[in-house]
Amino acid sequence: MAIRIALAGNPNSGKTTLFNALTGARQYVGNWPGVTVERKEGKLKLNSNSQQEDIILQDLPGVYSLSPYTLEEVIARNYLVDDKPDAIINIVDGTNLERNLYLSTQLAELGIPMLIAVNMMDVVRKQGDHIDLSQLSRQMGVAVMPLSALTGEGAQAAAQTAVQLAREGRSPSLPHVFHGPVEHALAHIEDALEHRHHGPLHHHHEGNLTHDGEAVPASLRRWYAIKLFERDEKVLAQLRLAADVRQDIEQAITACEAEMDDDAQSIITNQRYAYIQSLMTVALRRKRAAGELSTSDRIDRVVTNRLLGFPIFIAVMFLVYYIAVTSIGAVVTDFTNDTFFGTWIIPWLERQLPAWGVSDWLTGLMTEGIVGGVGAVLGFVPQMFVLFFMLAILEDIGYMARVAFIMDRIFRRFGLSGKSFIPMLIGSGCSVPGIMASRTIENQRDRRMTIITTSFIPCGAKLPIIALIAGTVLGGAWWVGPLCYFIGIAAVVVSGIILKKTRWFAGDPAPFVMELPAYHLSSLQGVLRSTWERGFSFIKRAGTVILLSSIVIWFLKSYGWVDGQFAAVEDMDHSVLAAMGNVVAPLFSPLGFGTWQNTVATVLGLVAKEEVVNVFGVLYGVGEGALDLVDEGAFDKLAPIAMNFTSLAAISFLTFNLLCAPCFAAIGAIKREMNNWRWTAFAVGYQTVFAYVISFIIYQLGMMATTAFQPMHLLPLALLAGLLYLVFSPNPHERTLKPQAAQA
Amino acid sequence: MKTLRDVPVGADAVIKRLHGEGALKRRVMDMGLTRGTQVHVRKVAPLGDPLELTVRGYELSLRKQDAALVEVE
Repeated sequence: MAIRIALAGNPNSGKTTLFNALTGARQYVGNWPGVTVERKEGKLKLNSNSQQEDIILQDLPGVYSLSPYTLEEVIARNYLVDDKPDAIINIVDGTNLERNLYLSTQLAELGIPMLIAVNMMDVVRKQGDHIDLSQLSRQMGVAVMPLSALTGEGAQAAAQTAVQLAREGRSPSLPHVFHGPVEHALAHIEDALEHRHHGPLHHHHEGNLTHDGEAVPASLRRWYAIKLFERDEKVLAQLRLAADVRQDIEQAITACEAEMDDDAQSIITNQRYAYIQSLMTVALRRKRAAGELSTSDRIDRVVTNRLLGFPIFIAVMFLVYYIAVTSIGAVVTDFTNDTFFGTWIIPWLERQLPAWGVSDWLTGLMTEGIVGGVGAVLGFVPQMFVLFFMLAILEDIGYMARVAFIMDRIFRRFGLSGKSFIPMLIGSGCSVPGIMASRTIENQRDRRMTIITTSFIPCGAKLPIIALIAGTVLGGAWWVGPLCYFIGIAAVVVSGIILKKTRWFAGDPAPFVMELPAYHLSSLQGVLRSTWERGFSFIKRAGTVILLSSIVIWFLKSYGWVDGQFAAVEDMDHSVLAAMGNVVAPLFSPLGFGTWQNTVATVLGLVAKEEVVNVFGVLYGVGEGALDLVDEGAFDKLAPIAMNFTSLAAISFLTFNLLCAPCFAAIGAIKREMNNWRWTAFAVGYQTVFAYVISFIIYQLGMMATTAFQPMHLLPLALLAGLLYLVFSPNPHERTLKPQAAQA
Repeated sequence: MKTLRDVPVGADAVIKRLHGEGALKRRVMDMGLTRGTQVHVRKVAPLGDPLELTVRGYELSLRKQDAALVEVE
């Protein structure tokens, strides 16, 4: 039978580093069922595992407490209470002991064998502070061990101890956290649970009874008593106590509240912290006086400075992008595209495959379709890796929290928080890592909204389209680029406002109460691992999706009906793709770009946004190298494309492609983060419909300005009015909602 | 009623009582802002909001509108 150990702790406590150290490559990363929260599980790598059984380490979401209010907390506590792991390793940040132990007191009440691993002991020592681990252990009644996740000290020892605790199976003795009237009330509730509650224990995710007529297990009685005292919604729903039992408990609580002149939740929280404070007086000795500034504080004096904060932020971002995209990134990408694929691989294949007797069409499929298609996208993987690397460093040292801190004011206006800024910032390079970055947003509603709106910001792949339109049709107008970013940002804002008024996204704004963790030098290993994880995830996603779609699209564009026969076509005009384009094209005429070539280009933009430019090149007779021409700025050579657009139609086309569904790789990322096909479909559908409406309004109103007014013009006006109404009307959900417990 | 929002940057305050309810109040308490706790207002973000507080030895970011729910001595 496998031993299961849960890893629990605050965010920023070094949990991930410990998890990686203990599981190495033997990790499985997914999502908790039905939600957008990441789930990590791994096999413990013990240096001395005498027994052959598997030891599974379950990483729980980083939480500060086990309240019923956030998704992460509910997931963590459901796992601990329902799935009952054999032991808990509670990782605690030694430089932040008080707040970290708050969670520890709650974990200790679950009746599961537990070990506290005090992390960052090396930093503690360096600061000159001293933590009396044995005193802590004695007072709390659990094993307490030192850990220095960065250097790796203590990880194996902690794991060994946890396994031993799991095998022994002894519940920890409860620390004496509560006193006086509270302890009295809790004892009363425990009594009620033991003797008077005979109801079945309902389990959360199944909904059907698994224990019939069984009372609350003894080891969990204290946990349930405290939750009942706090009037925890989830627990109340789960236990379904008889009316008289509930009344009895309620009386005990009310009496206590009156006596202590405070509400139940506050009473519990205060006593927990009071207990911890008393612990600190015996177990912790600080060197630094209370008013002194730590190194972190000193850095922040500059970094989040009123005047310098913003400029520094802009400088940092500029540097990141410069290194990732322009210098190193571009060099490696050019090499990959031009040399690796262009000069080595593709010509080699074109020679070798026929030489091996491979048929023409298969050769075509492999060179043009697969390698050509996949290669174009994989060509900018090096840039992605460099970008991921730089962003991982920023995240790891703790700078990203500062970014959210600085940007929060802006995002608060439309119901989000500063944390939503980071995905969008990353999205300006590439939506895929941007969407993945939404994981740090706690509130599921905000997370979903961020995922849906991140791809509105022009990504790197959309730049060639912008450049093409600006350079050829609009005569090199300087304002096109900034306009596109403006459109993207406006789309994010408008969508945020509108969506917040709908049922699925309405609600009290999630509390933005965020820790600003101390800066610390990240471990190179950790950063590399995170970079690799993201990069590989992107390759896998992009790889499979793009591979399949490249094959399909190559086939569709290379074959068609010629003289009544289905065969390979020389000219794409006769291909199946063109036929399909012709069918769909009328849909786009109200937007001003209803030719089959434009339709095909837009559709192929789903493979990779740069493909739009490539396809234009091929379909409008410029040849295969349109992307390179755009790169070089040879806009005169691209004139054949420009001939097909009026300025207005070009803007409409640009807007549509900027805002509509992102490339397949990004859609894949959306699916991964949403963990739900319906939400993914909603996201893509919303973006496309939004893009359509906006482009429609732009084109039609533009036409209206230059031609006579026609009855048909009422439609775009009506749509515009509708849009404005949606944005400016009051939120119907504002007054009616009460603070709700999280939906798991 | 004097609240955390009224405390000037660089000053200290002791928490008297928490107002508000539900998720916000719970989160504020869970993070260590409880009755009798001493808080130091470190700074304000460049755009004027949120506040950065030092509480129980660590740095916490709190919006001004939420700080208004924390009554201080």
